[in-house]
Amino acid sequence: MEEKKLAIIATKGTLDWAYPPFILASTASALGYETQIFFTFYGLQLLRKKLNLKVSPLGNPAMPMPMPVPVLIQALPGMQSFMSSMMKSKMKSKGVASVEELRSLCLEADVKMIACQMTVDLFEFNTSEFIDGIEYGGAATFFEFAGTSDICLYV
Amino acid sequence: MPDFDQELDASGLNCPLPILRAKKALTGMESGKILRIIATDPGSVKDFEAFAKQTGNELLESTEEGGKYIFFIKKA
Repeated sequence: MEEKKLAIIATKGTLDWAYPPFILASTASALGYETQIFFTFYGLQLLRKKLNLKVSPLGNPAMPMPMPVPVLIQALPGMQSFMSSMMKSKMKSKGVASVEELRSLCLEADVKMIACQMTVDLFEFNTSEFIDGIEYGGAATFFEFAGTSDICLYV
Repeated sequence: MPDFDQELDASGLNCPLPILRAKKALTGMESGKILRIIATDPGSVKDFEAFAKQTGNELLESTEEGGKYIFFIKKA
């Protein structure tokens, strides 16, 4: 079977948006795809050694809530952390993998991860805070692989 | 029920973990050997069909008994 290729651009760094790139990349690898993820802008947060991802109900009326919470209450200090830990414990109870676990499964499966050098410079990220085994590159680096891919996703 | 050489209990795990664990188990097995997988994720029924179709590993049997989904996959 000829090896297919999947290219993903990960642009978001919240807990909920961390899932699609890692779920798809790890599954694609299990199906025999060669996979690359290009992390840019807020997506770079997903490459930190120590992940502290959060999810916010603010500006997201679609987020299921155990009870209706008025927007002004959602904006109170501590609400974001509270919602994030609620979401994490819900996920755990449903047997959903943690982002850390999915990320290590991706690395184990040789998913190539590329951090956008421009964003690293822009936000003055310290690359020692990022996990090992990743590469740094720009848009042209992404297209070198994406141009030959069968599936290309922007997340 | 087919005989099997190895068993994987993926009960309680949600997408995509049953597939990823199965792939890992199959990687360590010889061609022709059979893996029995137990899962509780209802989505795994379609997913294991799709996994077999795309990887060439044969799905010999897919059944449900008492909320558990049992799959037999033959390593290609």
